[in-house]
Amino acid sequence: MTTAQARRTKTAVLLVLMILFGAVGDVLLSKGMKEIGAVEDWSPAALARTFLRVFTHPTLWLGIASLIGFFTCYLLVLTWADFSFVLPASSLSYAVVALLGWLALGESVTPLRWAGVLFICLGVGLVGITPHSTTEQA
Amino acid sequence: MLRTALFVSFVVLAGTGGEMATTVAMKRIGEVHDFRPRAILAFVGRAFRQGWMWFGFALMTVSFFALLALLSWEDVSFVVPATALSYAVGAVGARFLLGETVSRTRWAGVLLVCCGVALLWVGK
Repeated sequence: MTTAQARRTKTAVLLVLMILFGAVGDVLLSKGMKEIGAVEDWSPAALARTFLRVFTHPTLWLGIASLIGFFTCYLLVLTWADFSFVLPASSLSYAVVALLGWLALGESVTPLRWAGVLFICLGVGLVGITPHSTTEQA
Repeated sequence: MLRTALFVSFVVLAGTGGEMATTVAMKRIGEVHDFRPRAILAFVGRAFRQGWMWFGFALMTVSFFALLALLSWEDVSFVVPATALSYAVGAVGARFLLGETVSRTRWAGVLLVCCGVALLWVGK
């Protein structure tokens, strides 16, 4: 395998891991918070109880661990790949979150919501491919 | 619906504000050139002496807890894509607060993100 091929493989693996860790982390946070229940009582005592439950809930810690995995992959891939490549590629994570929400949590994802997710992925992709030092080019 | 809109705003505004504040702190410290462990520790020490860094952390903490609260009653397939509005807030902040030039392509991307979030709301 040439150096260029090795780098392409390494980039692809880390991007896939990054997207999966990020989406799984968000889904686990959502699952954990649904298990805790909707936050509706905003009194200091009730908020303190909710904080305690959040910090002792294993699903939420798994979610946070997964998000740390996402952040580690993100930082690693940025050490050699351009941000203008990583951001559009990572926009796929919005679609993966919606897919996992539907498959793993049984959420009802309407066609309009899918269309919204598609627009967001395209929009973030477009934002990502623009130059990052626009001030110098003006 | 109003509570959801309020919390999406908290997540997006506090998250973007936190990132902008940490950016200000990092720009004040200057670019990293020395990657030896002791130099990195010194760099982190300098970062934590910046008020903007703590302000940024505080805003990001608010954003994270607002996200958790939001996820306690809303679908993750709605919440996470909706937080992409931070790209719109970031572009507006860059243009009007930091005086940066935002290209037409980037505005087009921001417009697509906003249309996408509008579709999410309609699809609720």
